[in-house]
Amino acid sequence: MEVVVALAIGVIGGSGVYLLLRPRTFEVIMGLALISYAVNLFIFSMGSLALGDEPIVKPGVAADLAHYTDPIPQALVLTAIVIGFAMTALFLVVLLASRGLTGSDHVDGAEPDR
Amino acid sequence: MTTWIDKAMPGLVIAPVLVPLAAAALLLLMRESNRRAKAAVDIAACVVNLAVVVALAAWTTRGDAGAVGVYLASNWRAPFGIVLAADRLSAMMLVLAAVLVLAAALFAVPRWHQAGAHFHSLLQLELMGVNGAFLTADLFNLFVFFEVMLAASYGLLLHGSGRARVRAGLRYIAVNLAASSLFLIGVAIVYGTVGTLNYADIARKIADVQHADRGLLHAGAAILGVAFLAKAAIWPLNFWLVPAYRAASPPAATVFAILTKVGLYVVLRLWMLLVSVDPSALVVHGGDALVAGGLATLAFGAVAMLASQNLRALACYAVVSSSGTVLAAVGLGTAPLVGGALYYLAGSTLAVATLFLVAELAERTREVEAAPPDVDVAAPHLPFYVDVPGQGESSAFDDTGDTLLIGQAIPAATAFLGMSFLAVALVIAGLPPLSGFLAKFAMLAVLLDPRALDATSASTSIPVTHWLFVALLVGAGFTAIVAMSRSGARLFWAPEGRATPHLRAIECLPVAAFLVIFAAMAARAGPIVDYTRAAASGVIDPARYIDAVLAASPVASAGDAARVAPAEARR
Repeated sequence: MEVVVALAIGVIGGSGVYLLLRPRTFEVIMGLALISYAVNLFIFSMGSLALGDEPIVKPGVAADLAHYTDPIPQALVLTAIVIGFAMTALFLVVLLASRGLTGSDHVDGAEPDR
Repeated sequence: MTTWIDKAMPGLVIAPVLVPLAAAALLLLMRESNRRAKAAVDIAACVVNLAVVVALAAWTTRGDAGAVGVYLASNWRAPFGIVLAADRLSAMMLVLAAVLVLAAALFAVPRWHQAGAHFHSLLQLELMGVNGAFLTADLFNLFVFFEVMLAASYGLLLHGSGRARVRAGLRYIAVNLAASSLFLIGVAIVYGTVGTLNYADIARKIADVQHADRGLLHAGAAILGVAFLAKAAIWPLNFWLVPAYRAASPPAATVFAILTKVGLYVVLRLWMLLVSVDPSALVVHGGDALVAGGLATLAFGAVAMLASQNLRALACYAVVSSSGTVLAAVGLGTAPLVGGALYYLAGSTLAVATLFLVAELAERTREVEAAPPDVDVAAPHLPFYVDVPGQGESSAFDDTGDTLLIGQAIPAATAFLGMSFLAVALVIAGLPPLSGFLAKFAMLAVLLDPRALDATSASTSIPVTHWLFVALLVGAGFTAIVAMSRSGARLFWAPEGRATPHLRAIECLPVAAFLVIFAAMAARAGPIVDYTRAAASGVIDPARYIDAVLAASPVASAGDAARVAPAEARR
């Protein structure tokens, strides 16, 4: 499972970086979204990967990570998702403003000379 | 006074977050057309915030070694709950931020707050984010406050709109979102290896990290470092700074002067916490990198100042070179040097902020429109020292030769701006008698004293790094004075008959206040440097900080007993 998660993070993060470096604003925002997915998965995996475990202490079961999943990365991911979502929305607005003001979707605000 | 502060502690620690938050919320509810009332609320909140942080700074100077104020949110003990902590370094940065935001709020009143919606709310949210970043004692809350600060700064950068601002904003946001991703990756790795996010707890547990995980931890710390250093404008990660700060409206640019300092503060705080416990590995890798990066940034800023063609660009590069100076001092990492660097940081931050304001007031007669000039169009000027035919000879007459220039009174507004510009130039270049000179002197004195850095060593030779730092500090002062006298001459002594700028009293108030602060910082340099040196030694040897955070006990009251119990049980 570790390999699958690591590969998934790598593929998503790599695609995100590639798109971030592209010249069109839409590609940039897709790249930033993919990077934030990859980062969220990465934070999640830092709390040790577990299948079917809960983060809530049950009576009669020792409170250690062998029986539960770590709740803190889940809380962190939740916060990071919310903040990332808000930032993406804000970036989208700026992107549209740029498109409206310059008439171009190039990140420089003008088409490059060919 | 002291009893009042005592009663207010530890609630006073969280007040710098709550006051701006409440003010921002209130401002959002007010009608946009009611600008005077909004400005009044904004300024009142800034004044309250300033009073709170000054009280906090006074409180932190208690005792010989200083006091650390700790606020436990929801009354949870330190490693489990959210902690805010204020020591002398935090308090000093809070005061700096409060002064800058108050100046920006005052300056925006006559013109700039009309250029777009919600200026005052954004300003208060910016203040909240910055204050939170200075106060938090927890890595993830640092991320949250960073994002609050950045989100507000996006809004402030775009304030006034226009093509140049949107284009600069697009890049600024993209760069900062990418840096935030790095920040999160670093936080996740640190949590994965150390198992805690609390600064003090990280410092305590870092020694227990197993050898196999060390590499991962160092990688995580390095990734975190990249995120903060990008914010602190280290070369070559500072390409985003100049276009963004230059396009921003002047009040926003004034506030942005503190944003790079948030990056510097976090580098200083976290790096010293990690190094204090685990000096072996991190010193080797981190210290040299910080010094090298800082010196490169300083050199880059100094050269770029010479090349900059207008005052705003000059101010931006002054931000860069001041960052470089502080970073290099932090990398060398001894209390007297870092203390001098903190005094320098305070002076240079205020000077750059003043320069943004003066630039706007002085250039107002040139540009009528509120939007900034297009960056590409604004640079056709030749440097002033290139001879322009007919302007080279000195003459007591103006260009037409029939008006005697000697004996004409300079208009009061121009004289005021010229004096302000002169004071700013003295602080940035580090010439006497103002605080810039004393700050550079405080640093040079330590750098050139072989025993100041390592009292035990018998050698009297000064390392090459120190000579390089000294040379760059002096050289940066020289290029700054060249660049600033060129701009100043073009701006204030230009022979063309330019209209006198119309200044409003409320716009001049922040500039005049900054001048008073420069004079006070120079006159009271002794106590201030004592304070910054104590702040530096408090952060370099963070045992007191760690103890204070971890030993802070929840406030005991009847209703709280039940809530405290679980925390006790888990310990």
